[in-house]
Amino acid sequence: MNRQRAAWLFLAPALLVLGVFFLLPVLAALVLSLTDYDLYALADIRNLRFVALSNYWALLQRPLFWSALGHTVYFVAVGVPLSMAASLGSAMLLNSPLARAKPFFRTALFAPVVTTVVAVAVIWRYLFNTKYGMANFVLGHLGIHPIDWLGDPHWAMPTIIAFAVWKNFGYNMIIFLAGLQAIPLDLYEAARIDGASAWRQFRHITLPMLAPTMLMVSILTVSGYFQLFAEPYVMTEGGPLQSTTSVLYLMYDEGFKWWNLGSASAVAFLLFIIMFAVTALMLKFSQRGGGL
Amino acid sequence: MNPRLAKALINGLLIGATAVALFPLLWMLSVSFMAPGEASSLPPTLLPAHATFNNYRELFVHAGMGRYLFNSLAVSSVITALSLAFNLMAGYAFAKLRFKGRERLFQVLIGALVIPAQVAMLPLFLLLKYIGLVNSYAGVVVPGMATVFGIFLVRQYARGIPDELLEAARIDGAGEWRIFGQIVLPLLKPIMVTLAIFSFLAAWNDFMWPLIVLTGQEHYTLPIGLASLAREHAQDSELMMAGAVVTVLPVLLLFLAMQRYYLEGLLLGSVKG
Repeated sequence: MNRQRAAWLFLAPALLVLGVFFLLPVLAALVLSLTDYDLYALADIRNLRFVALSNYWALLQRPLFWSALGHTVYFVAVGVPLSMAASLGSAMLLNSPLARAKPFFRTALFAPVVTTVVAVAVIWRYLFNTKYGMANFVLGHLGIHPIDWLGDPHWAMPTIIAFAVWKNFGYNMIIFLAGLQAIPLDLYEAARIDGASAWRQFRHITLPMLAPTMLMVSILTVSGYFQLFAEPYVMTEGGPLQSTTSVLYLMYDEGFKWWNLGSASAVAFLLFIIMFAVTALMLKFSQRGGGL
Repeated sequence: MNPRLAKALINGLLIGATAVALFPLLWMLSVSFMAPGEASSLPPTLLPAHATFNNYRELFVHAGMGRYLFNSLAVSSVITALSLAFNLMAGYAFAKLRFKGRERLFQVLIGALVIPAQVAMLPLFLLLKYIGLVNSYAGVVVPGMATVFGIFLVRQYARGIPDELLEAARIDGAGEWRIFGQIVLPLLKPIMVTLAIFSFLAAWNDFMWPLIVLTGQEHYTLPIGLASLAREHAQDSELMMAGAVVTVLPVLLLFLAMQRYYLEGLLLGSVKG
């Protein structure tokens, strides 16, 4: 039939691209993770051997994998709630009828989102320079001794988290703002007549009404934050003492520094499985709790 | 609470948040005009004593920034043009053309969104190595030529086109390609603009894939070039800030000029997702 054919012709370029350059490589990654593909196999494919699950097994016994996973989970567990709080807080400020110059504030608060991670990470590296950075200068005025933000294993990850919150909160702010604007005003009106305080209005109207938005936003943010890579690459190179080496950083090093492509593929799949499990749990948890 | 106090509090907090959001960007701009060493002084200086373009000159003359800028512009433009064409065609087909297995296929694509892009990167590198595209512009462009997100966005929008309009054109004997070109595309113009901005920004800011596939400096895009400069010139703050300005300014200006389209696309893409 002619129209069927036309439809497939319209689809062909996009499906071809996605098939050849995404779906096929994903399947290949699964196969690759079951082999010992390394520098020798890269030179001569006959050196390739099938090793079943031993890449996965070896990874699960490597302390570096667990510490990379730990750092990534730390980044997600602290970074996501902070980002969401900053997004919701700024959205509520923007949504307040008392706020002035809203378009200006909205644009300004959103600006960090469109910037290039590498470029702004370079700026933050300078802002948090131990000696000349503005952060320590300001803290010095409050009588706090200089902190070696990116050179101290205890402070490097918190600094990266602060950076991520600054860079990303504007995105969810826009989504929350749309969600807040969709809440009928008479709900608040009725609550006020009943004498409900601002906090109780927030707790019993705003939060429940935003619950579906919150769930979607938190799932998207969690998946995004699990993919931590460029920030430590630029700001700390995974250090100090590997304290900011994330799972993807490990994958990158394993794959493109040491050319252990089999083992690196196993890292990628483990990350995928963990992300999938976490988001599935979040969905299940929210259904049982009837929202958040 | 006293309404005047509440108003002062809310606007004060907004000003504070805006200051935090913009300060790093403004300081970047200021430091980029400072003389070498000026930014490494105590107390930190807010404004250059004598504004100079030397850092920019240094970047473009000696550090190859002009090349990176050109590469970024070229790669991002080509990705934008191609992905726009392919996503528009596919999104329209999913929305308006009837074919066997349409819903199933669309669900498969949406399902693929849960797979992080990095899973594909290792075999993709090998694939491109075998076909000789590693360290070339094409290597950066090829995987970005279509996106599930773009197809989804176009489909959402194109579903609003009335079927009667297309049927009437078919009865008049117009072919499917003419209908697409003369009726559908003009109606999709707003989403085209949105999608073009999204694709361009994403391509411009992309880091991990270009880092992997570009092995030689001559093809570096700005983020890769800047990251490699930052490793060599860690102490030259003024130079690095100028590099950051060159990298960030084009996309920031693009966003400021087109923010209505960008923010609409953001909501269309996520609220219904």
